[in-house]
Amino acid sequence: MLGKTAGGLFWMFRYLERSENTARLIETGFRIALTRADGDDDEWTSVLQTASVAHLYFEKHGQIEAAKAIDFMLRDMANPSSVLSAISAARQNARLVRTAITREVWEAVNDTYMVLKQALARPVSARDLPEVLALIRQQSALVRGAMHGTMLRNDIFDFCRLGTFLERADNTARILDVKYYVLLPSISQIGSSLDNVQWETILRSVAGMRAYRWITQGETSPIGIADFLIFDTRMPRSLAFSVGKIATNLAYLEQAYGTRHPCHAAIDGLAGRLRHGKIERVFEDGLHEFITDFLADVAKLGQQVEADYRFLG
Amino acid sequence: MSDTPIFFDEMYQGGGAPRAPYAGYDGWFRGEDLRDLRKKSADAERFFRRTGITFNVYGQAEADERLIPFDLVPRIISGREWARLTRGIEQRVRAINAFLHDIYHRQEILRAGRVPVDLIAKNAAFLPQMIGMAPPGGVYTHIVGVDLVRTGEDEFFVLEDNARTPSGVSYMLENRETMLQMFPELFTRIKVQPVQDYPVNLHRSLAASAPRDCSPDCTVAVLTPGIHNSAYFEHAFLADQMGVELVEGHDIRITGGKVQMRTTQGYKPIDVLYRRVDDDFLDPLNFRPDSLLGVPGVMDVYRAGGITIANAPGTGIADDKAIYSYMPDIVEFYTGEKAILQNVPTWRCSEADALAYVLDHLSELVVKEVHGSGGYGMLVGPAASKKELAAFRAKLTAKPANYIAQPTLALSTVPILTQAGLAPRHVDLRPYVLVAPDKITITPGGLTRVALKKGSLVVNSSQGGGTKDTWVLEE
Repeated sequence: MLGKTAGGLFWMFRYLERSENTARLIETGFRIALTRADGDDDEWTSVLQTASVAHLYFEKHGQIEAAKAIDFMLRDMANPSSVLSAISAARQNARLVRTAITREVWEAVNDTYMVLKQALARPVSARDLPEVLALIRQQSALVRGAMHGTMLRNDIFDFCRLGTFLERADNTARILDVKYYVLLPSISQIGSSLDNVQWETILRSVAGMRAYRWITQGETSPIGIADFLIFDTRMPRSLAFSVGKIATNLAYLEQAYGTRHPCHAAIDGLAGRLRHGKIERVFEDGLHEFITDFLADVAKLGQQVEADYRFLG
Repeated sequence: MSDTPIFFDEMYQGGGAPRAPYAGYDGWFRGEDLRDLRKKSADAERFFRRTGITFNVYGQAEADERLIPFDLVPRIISGREWARLTRGIEQRVRAINAFLHDIYHRQEILRAGRVPVDLIAKNAAFLPQMIGMAPPGGVYTHIVGVDLVRTGEDEFFVLEDNARTPSGVSYMLENRETMLQMFPELFTRIKVQPVQDYPVNLHRSLAASAPRDCSPDCTVAVLTPGIHNSAYFEHAFLADQMGVELVEGHDIRITGGKVQMRTTQGYKPIDVLYRRVDDDFLDPLNFRPDSLLGVPGVMDVYRAGGITIANAPGTGIADDKAIYSYMPDIVEFYTGEKAILQNVPTWRCSEADALAYVLDHLSELVVKEVHGSGGYGMLVGPAASKKELAAFRAKLTAKPANYIAQPTLALSTVPILTQAGLAPRHVDLRPYVLVAPDKITITPGGLTRVALKKGSLVVNSSQGGGTKDTWVLEE
């Protein structure tokens, strides 16, 4: 496979994952706005921060406003994480790697692009938002289904999965990073349970509300939520789960090509730390520091994969 | 030519009865509901969009990926007609390859005075870099598209040869795929020769022309100018169908005397490069130095016998519109036989007598630029306004050698489906020919292009043309 193709697959799936994550963030913000008594738009600031695009938003709009924030996250091509930007970039990459993906996957991506481009041709009103978000979810499922149902389990598949899980690990870590102060027990909060809205934001943005309740029987504690999102290997968006998948796919590549690269050593280190880590220890050493290190490691790993498999040169 | 030309309709005879090849289709069509068919037509468009069978329009945003309109009434050719056409096409393609070999070696045809020396020596499509060079397997044009038009029952003419990088074959394949999906029952009623082997044959044909010292599992790759090229879809489609890599210039470098592509496991040699990049852009070290699309030094590897380039550089000298008028002589010179396929009578405006005739009859003729393509820079006399004629007359007088002229042909028609039902429209046909050292393969049918505008004779997609599935019947 061409190095360029591997890179195209990797980014195609990163962008697909990103479009879905962005849609989920909008859903979270929208849901909280609906169920909350006071009238400010704080949750939208938080949504923009989580996606790391708050600075772009404020440059353009000055102050926070629900409709503008939703539009910025859904349709603004100046926002590289907006649903429309991400899905356009995913499709552009899919065109580039057309020879590596099955007709079904290509058509699913192309169809997704066409459907969403039309659905997002004009600003989406609050009334239509749930339907549009459902459409985005459905389309993501379509692409994922086509991929799992039709693609060979070879190096092509591995690069797709690497893109998906690197993006996901990055995304979940960012959510934790933006919200770490919520999870840090402050003096007044020790022993008290978290503010409803705050933990809901976190769990909803990783589609983990139900799962968390099911696992913890409704008990919500900062340490419990952090443990769930960092170390729980049953949770498909946790750091441990994502890193585990990255490790597996890199191991497949090592096996298929018969070559061990620096990225293999890097992922082994990262996976080991998550396997043996304890949430109590993380809180002792500082959650923020842990997340900052993790984000840096994931970014470095991405660059190493890019170099080892010659995405660019 | 009379004021109301009678056009040959390939489907219906004068009295409205279907011609023999269309009898089966006509029977089926009469049993169909027009509304259903129009709905199918809309389905087909969705299918094409979803599949991404689009072409990019230069200089426009990606929003402007256009569809080439597809008409669902097939163009049908009998097995007998096709057999005669293939004999003519094969003869012509053999002659083109012999001509190219001769032009880049002993130039016997020039010495014999059958083609003027100036026409070659002063031609931009002639590449001095190819002189004395023997391409692997002796093949110059691995892929040829021969554009044919029809004017009567047994009257076919070659309109032009495409010996550089003929495009459109993906439409031939996808049109058939679409028809099979929309009307499976038709293909059980009517036996149509398949076209789906084209990618396999293309791969086999390219591999057969590999350099002699090529590895046992010869590596073919398709070279594209990139995602913004108007035919990118086709490049990706063909690479995908052949199961080979689609490379761009920056994926390639030359080491150890081989052209190598950057893979996830290091650099791997390429044996055959099916390039969809023009000669000028192929190698910045040997041709245009500002080209970013090509592979620096690929010509040097080629001359040393380290790679096959398909089509060979410099084949444009054979499909030049000024050379075209000499094709009957060229065929005869190299095959010793009369050309089976006729040329359209052509006036070379470089010749004083011809120019005088053309200027006198401008409103009756079609005038083309010698190096033009895609229907640009062309005058269709009978359809032109007085102002257009005057403007063209000025251009023609200024640079006569830049033009050729031909009579306005009474192109045959095949019906298309319109809101009101069937309506005749003018068509042409581009069969695709694969040339390997040991054999020539012609896919039955080819791409039928159709002028969708009533009365229009210009079928190019860039000028509002569409396409049809082309059927060659089993006998």
